[in-house]
Amino acid sequence: MNNPYLPVKAKILDIQKQTAIDYTFRLAAGLHVQSGQFVELSIPRVGEAPISVSDFGDGFIEMTIRRVGKLTNVVHELKPGEELFIRGPYGHGFPLEQFRGRHLVVAAGGTGLAPVKSVLNRYYHNPEEVKSLNLLAGFKSPADVLFAAELEKWAQKFSVTVTVDKGDENWTGNVGLITGYVQKLVLSNPAGTQVIVVGPPLMMKFTIREILGLGVPPENIWVSFERKMCCGLGKCGHCKIGDTYVCLDGPVFNYTRAGQLVD
Amino acid sequence: MGFALTTEQFDAFLAGLARDYDIYAPKRLAGKGAFSGTDLIAYAPVQSLAEIVFDRKTFYSPKEILLPISQTLFYFTEEAYREPQQQQRPVIIFLRPCDVHAVKRLDQIYLHNGDQADPYYRERREKVKFFVMECTEGFDSCFCVSMGTNRTGEYAVFLRLEADRVLCDARPEFTPALAAYGREAPFTPAFIEQNKISVKTPEKIAPAVYGHPLWSEYDSRCIACGRCNVCCPTCTCFTMQDIFYEDNPRCGERRRVWAGCMIDGFTDLAGGHSFRNKYGERMRFKALHKVYDFKKRFGDHMCVGCGRCDDVCPEYISFSRIINRLAEVSDDE
Repeated sequence: MNNPYLPVKAKILDIQKQTAIDYTFRLAAGLHVQSGQFVELSIPRVGEAPISVSDFGDGFIEMTIRRVGKLTNVVHELKPGEELFIRGPYGHGFPLEQFRGRHLVVAAGGTGLAPVKSVLNRYYHNPEEVKSLNLLAGFKSPADVLFAAELEKWAQKFSVTVTVDKGDENWTGNVGLITGYVQKLVLSNPAGTQVIVVGPPLMMKFTIREILGLGVPPENIWVSFERKMCCGLGKCGHCKIGDTYVCLDGPVFNYTRAGQLVD
Repeated sequence: MGFALTTEQFDAFLAGLARDYDIYAPKRLAGKGAFSGTDLIAYAPVQSLAEIVFDRKTFYSPKEILLPISQTLFYFTEEAYREPQQQQRPVIIFLRPCDVHAVKRLDQIYLHNGDQADPYYRERREKVKFFVMECTEGFDSCFCVSMGTNRTGEYAVFLRLEADRVLCDARPEFTPALAAYGREAPFTPAFIEQNKISVKTPEKIAPAVYGHPLWSEYDSRCIACGRCNVCCPTCTCFTMQDIFYEDNPRCGERRRVWAGCMIDGFTDLAGGHSFRNKYGERMRFKALHKVYDFKKRFGDHMCVGCGRCDDVCPEYISFSRIINRLAEVSDDE
């Protein structure tokens, strides 16, 4: 039978350590992925979990995985050459067509940077596709900063603001919540600006409030939701909010819809 | 086409069917009830009419025949994995009109939500025939008439149990078998037209309803045991579970097991986030799923008014009352 629950093997090509608990895994996989989609990642006999695809290219996908649970604890012990199991990709990604020729602001909190990494890389390589790009990335502490090399690289082509909630003696960068830096944004044309907000639920809630305060219309705001998703196929029910299934209808939503969803 | 069969004839008819079908019906399981010295009415294989319980509602619904509590999706060894052998034999289920509607709700999720049908469910579903048991009186907690699930034409055979005979209305597939054991007799199925309980479902949910004080009562009254989920004929949720064998930890299986939105852990994410930690929020989520959200997405209410959740709740929470209160506050807001 044509069975969507059966995963396929994917060899680990490379592992990049981002922080003590966040590793980026590059897997050999010929999937056709849109930025913002996710896959169900598993190790048979350990478990399966939805993980967003942080980047992809010819014959590979990347996932930035935080060591926080039963499956990811084991995933972090694997070495290049070993295999993981994947199925997908699932869900709807970011509407890149809507961003074409517009100002784009990306506000990412913590691991929320992972699902938008491929969007940022796309505009790094094709800067002419957007009018401007402004990245605000917030992390808990300097030790939690993800994609440090990419952040420096991106800063060469567009505005990048990195902030940490709490610095340390070696940190010379910005300190404070991301919302404070959103307030300071100067948008030349709020109605013509598209915004992506991805991060923990509270960060998204307050960041969106600030974005709306800048005069950006709700229909220009895009978010990505993280939920428990056991199937990715609209059956298991865990990700349902109202009449919406995050795995099918999301995980990327326009705020006009996301704002109506009550968990 | 209508048929009349004596009890003996009906048993012979069942015995004939048993050659080709597994037959499930409401059965009295002695001593298995929740209280000491009580029986459980639940679905089990049957061989004769006498075993089939007509005068009580089942505690659990027939959904477990289509959707096992724990179902192996595949077995794995170090290098390979393989799907389990599916059941080969077709199945006959004796059930009531509301439960037929409930299976249609399962179909909606497992076959039609998203663009990929669930192959495990579809395999079983295609093999199921409904034998509908006439239901004209209902039970104290039923509200099928309000939910529009009191009638169904979707059956292979429809039966009415009388003192010493069974009247049947059969679709062509089963007329030869019935003709072989009984005699033709005019019979028109009847359906329940009025329940003791009626509900009004909400037309439109205003944002204020989500935070309405109505729900906070259930923060303490509900104990999140999830009985309402497991007894509901339309609750479809499951969680993925991998296990390995003690004798050989390199081999194991991936299963799916029933899950419920009232039960702790349903929304837990790795890393500590979770949603709807208050039981009242879970009640609001479940209620809206059953009588609002599902309809918005698929066109019919998910709840079929069988009342099993009321029958099984250890805290005497009445779902039909919740629906009516929800409709009241929705009208007010």
